[in-house]
Amino acid sequence: MIEWVPGVQREFQLSHRSLVARDAPVQPFAMQREIIMAAAISVAGCGGGSPRSTSPPLRAVAANELRAPADFAVIGDRAQRSRALFVEASRVLMHPRCANCHPVGDEPRHDMTMVPHEPPVVRGSYDAGVAGMECQTCHQDRNQQLARVPGAPDWRLAPIELGWVGKSAVEICHLLTDPQRNGRRSLARIVAGGSRDQLIGWGWHPGDDREPAPGTQQQFGALLSAWVETGAACPEESQR
Amino acid sequence: MKVRVNGVEHSLDVDPEMPLLWALRDVLGLTGTKYGCGEALCGACTVHLDGHAVRSCVTPVRRVEGRAVTTIEGLSATTNHPVQLAWLELRVPQCGFCQGGQIMTAAALLAAKPQPTDDDIDAAMVGNLCRCGTYPRIRAAIRKAAGLPEDKP
Repeated sequence: MIEWVPGVQREFQLSHRSLVARDAPVQPFAMQREIIMAAAISVAGCGGGSPRSTSPPLRAVAANELRAPADFAVIGDRAQRSRALFVEASRVLMHPRCANCHPVGDEPRHDMTMVPHEPPVVRGSYDAGVAGMECQTCHQDRNQQLARVPGAPDWRLAPIELGWVGKSAVEICHLLTDPQRNGRRSLARIVAGGSRDQLIGWGWHPGDDREPAPGTQQQFGALLSAWVETGAACPEESQR
Repeated sequence: MKVRVNGVEHSLDVDPEMPLLWALRDVLGLTGTKYGCGEALCGACTVHLDGHAVRSCVTPVRRVEGRAVTTIEGLSATTNHPVQLAWLELRVPQCGFCQGGQIMTAAALLAAKPQPTDDDIDAAMVGNLCRCGTYPRIRAAIRKAAGLPEDKP
């Protein structure tokens, strides 16, 4: 058995990483994001002409947690509850760890700052890069611990019709619920993908020191499912 | 672990997590593939895995078990791959360190897209860095290998 010494490579990479400074501080962004989402939840009763008093405050959660569908039982109105469930699920959909691979155009992003992917790769015809520079030229079926290259089965960009970087939760909701724009995907398919797809599941297991999406994939799936069961209502613009 | 490298079956007794680059260079003695960054960011270590370009520095040996790896040494029998011939004719390399990876990526591109546009070339080669700045010659050589006007550097 021939062994090798990963420490040498790791040491080199750590010094290299400090030179290129690929990891920007993430805490300010995460805090800012949580404030935004808390605000969105707190105004969940303002849309659609419903009085504010119909939406009691939801259970407070940390930035890395998701509320469960049961937490929304305090919202009596079914449509309001559905809207609030989507806003909660959008904390995952819009989290950089997930949204980075949902660009509106052809270039993925990375890091919590959502900077353009380095090197500047492109989508290609099958969402998996181009000949000579495919996603799987570097990304494999699992995270590469020593080289820090993230990976999951069938690593690729989300289909272009499901691009939503820069869109609001409201816009994403209308996109997901419109078969004319979402690639003719049924809500059942969207729920199933969000709940079980292994590549989507990477968002909660990004490896190394990357910040995962909040909650778990199971909780995210439960939110999507509850959102659909309550009518898949979309939030109002005022709820962003 | 059985791995086919440049058409020859090898049985490698190595840690499955060993980067393919290490196995190629230190175990099999194929030193044409270079270590650049170790993070898949420079392209110097590019080889073909079943015809697709991959970065051997981040590819564990277990990924290539039972599959076919081609290195720069095995790209052609007598350094006569069209990309290599164009490289020689246009004297593309300066220091040469990155050029094995450049050629392997270019060959993967042309295998999939024999008549690439300049945009195709740029998209394929964007992850192969050259500190000497030979990019104009690289693009010209790829065009030449494809039988296209060279677009003189």
